[in-house]
Amino acid sequence: MNLRGRKVILHDNCLRDGMHPKRHHITLEQMVAVATGLDGAGVPLLEVTHGDGLGGASVNYGFAPHSDEEYLRAVIPKLRRAKVSALLLPGIGTVDHLRLAYDCGIACVRIATHCTEADVAEQHIALARKLGLDTVGFLMMAHMVEPEVIARQGKLMESYGANCVYVTDSAGYMLPEDVTARTVALRSALRPETEVGFHGHHNLAMGIANSLAAIEAGAVRIDGSAAGLGAGAGNTPLEVFNAVAARMGIETGVDVFKLMDVAEDLVVPMMDQPIRIDRDALILGYAGVYSSFLLFAKRASAKYGVPSADILVELGRLKTVGGQEDMIEDLALNMARARTRRAS
Amino acid sequence: MAKINAALIGSGNIGTDLMHKALRSKWVNPVWMVGIDPASEGLAQARARGLATTDRGVDGLLPHLGEAGIRIAFDATSAAVHAENARKLAARGVVVIDLTPAAIGPYCVPTVNLSAHVGKREMNVNMVSCGGQATIPIVAAVARVQPVAYAEIVATVASRSAGPGTRKNIDEFTRTTADGIEKVGGAKRGKAIIILNPAEPPLIMRDTVHCLTESEPDEKRIRASIEAMIAEVQKYVPGYQLKNGPVFDGKRVSTYLEVAGLGDYLPKYAGNLDIMTAAALRTGELIAEEMSGGRFESARTT
Repeated sequence: MNLRGRKVILHDNCLRDGMHPKRHHITLEQMVAVATGLDGAGVPLLEVTHGDGLGGASVNYGFAPHSDEEYLRAVIPKLRRAKVSALLLPGIGTVDHLRLAYDCGIACVRIATHCTEADVAEQHIALARKLGLDTVGFLMMAHMVEPEVIARQGKLMESYGANCVYVTDSAGYMLPEDVTARTVALRSALRPETEVGFHGHHNLAMGIANSLAAIEAGAVRIDGSAAGLGAGAGNTPLEVFNAVAARMGIETGVDVFKLMDVAEDLVVPMMDQPIRIDRDALILGYAGVYSSFLLFAKRASAKYGVPSADILVELGRLKTVGGQEDMIEDLALNMARARTRRAS
Repeated sequence: MAKINAALIGSGNIGTDLMHKALRSKWVNPVWMVGIDPASEGLAQARARGLATTDRGVDGLLPHLGEAGIRIAFDATSAAVHAENARKLAARGVVVIDLTPAAIGPYCVPTVNLSAHVGKREMNVNMVSCGGQATIPIVAAVARVQPVAYAEIVATVASRSAGPGTRKNIDEFTRTTADGIEKVGGAKRGKAIIILNPAEPPLIMRDTVHCLTESEPDEKRIRASIEAMIAEVQKYVPGYQLKNGPVFDGKRVSTYLEVAGLGDYLPKYAGNLDIMTAAALRTGELIAEEMSGGRFESARTT
């Protein structure tokens, strides 16, 4: 694979996707420390929002100790070069949240829908573009449909005003050939000036390999998280990807040593548990399940005495999509009842 | 007692399903259907069942209101069109039941506040949203036992049951539903989340209702209140079912529901649409009952 000379924009997600393994509990001080560290390392874009995006604070997904507004207002003024993005899932957050985040100074917003539902994002993408934001469409759970569907849905997002569309491997299920097929389809469907990006999860340890496949197929934006801090087995570990990129001659503009310092010295100490491919995270990747279901399944397992692995496999079989965290307790109750019945 | 003649405005999925339900009503007699597309399947179905139709929007109906004796109209168009329809129909003394998210009139969730609308002679009532109809009864069932500081609902619907109107303005769903959770459900603060799932075969509408009570929840009374409420909703939506809960976890009270439709015109999985048409008809029937009993003398100017 020869990617020498390719220019790629790295987008760090540890302060947004990383909210999931932290149960949304990251302090303002931690946010600022990590964000300024990433800025100092030359990371051009970083995301700061509740794990489930603007307006995600809820019983269903969890409450953070601070509002999105507080996090954004704490972080943005401290950055010298890096720009901050917010995530927004239509159906959870609204254009009101988007306007608020805009007032806080975000430069970029990523509007995320399930990979077949791009048309719910029209009002949010259109507004973001009108506000002059770097407007990114995020097609989640992209493994669930064929590349042609990703291309069609991406074109819809482009038609609403997105200047970049992502193939989002929310379940960490894809193999490099899956990433290639979807990125190529999207790349050839979109206008040449519209960028393509890839967001990976590391549940099958394919984060780096998939990101490289995406670049080879035309992606110019790559997501990752310092120390991998993200849902499931985490995101593509950004400091590792950056080191690989440096070896391969891919130009990221990010300092290899400074980024590994941020990951090791600031992010790893924040972790409540190691971000690794444990059995449950492996099942996410193997069965194609939304990565942020991981801790919910572990908690339901502890409460109702049903193996978390069984819950996750069933969530995959039921073709659940991002945001359906409420299914997990419901399902665990059903499974616990079935076990009691079998035992009696 | 004589049935009250009604018009159905909007010949799409909702309007057509509503017609099938209204044709069985003891109180409401659907006599007109209004559309904007001459090729609409809804209008064809209406004609086949003996309703008069127009494809020229509400203006095509206005000259016939008097001769047709129409006193109630169900509006299943869109929020933008509804504002205009509501103005024209109100001027002619027709009571409008609004199935759009326009929310010009007060919200109505039949099992919770239908009786509060009795005797008010309101000219316009709004049906909140599909998620609101499915979940507000449960919020109210908890809130009538003890104060609810916060209620949050998650409505998961089959992609196929979410039409272009909903998709173009999904924020309207979250806002209107959250507002209804507070104003009708009685929670101090409300939040609504909607998820579209494209799985095939399509999933039946699911609704989760999380309430955070102010003090420790009274489990026994809340359980009884929710069960009684579900039985009330089942009177007009037989496929409204408690799947799990209420789960009590500290001050959290979570209820898991499934809503299957009757499958009149819309498929059974589209419980989200069925509960709207059923609730609207239930509301229309109550108003018709009042009209028949001479208890609803609106300011008729025709």
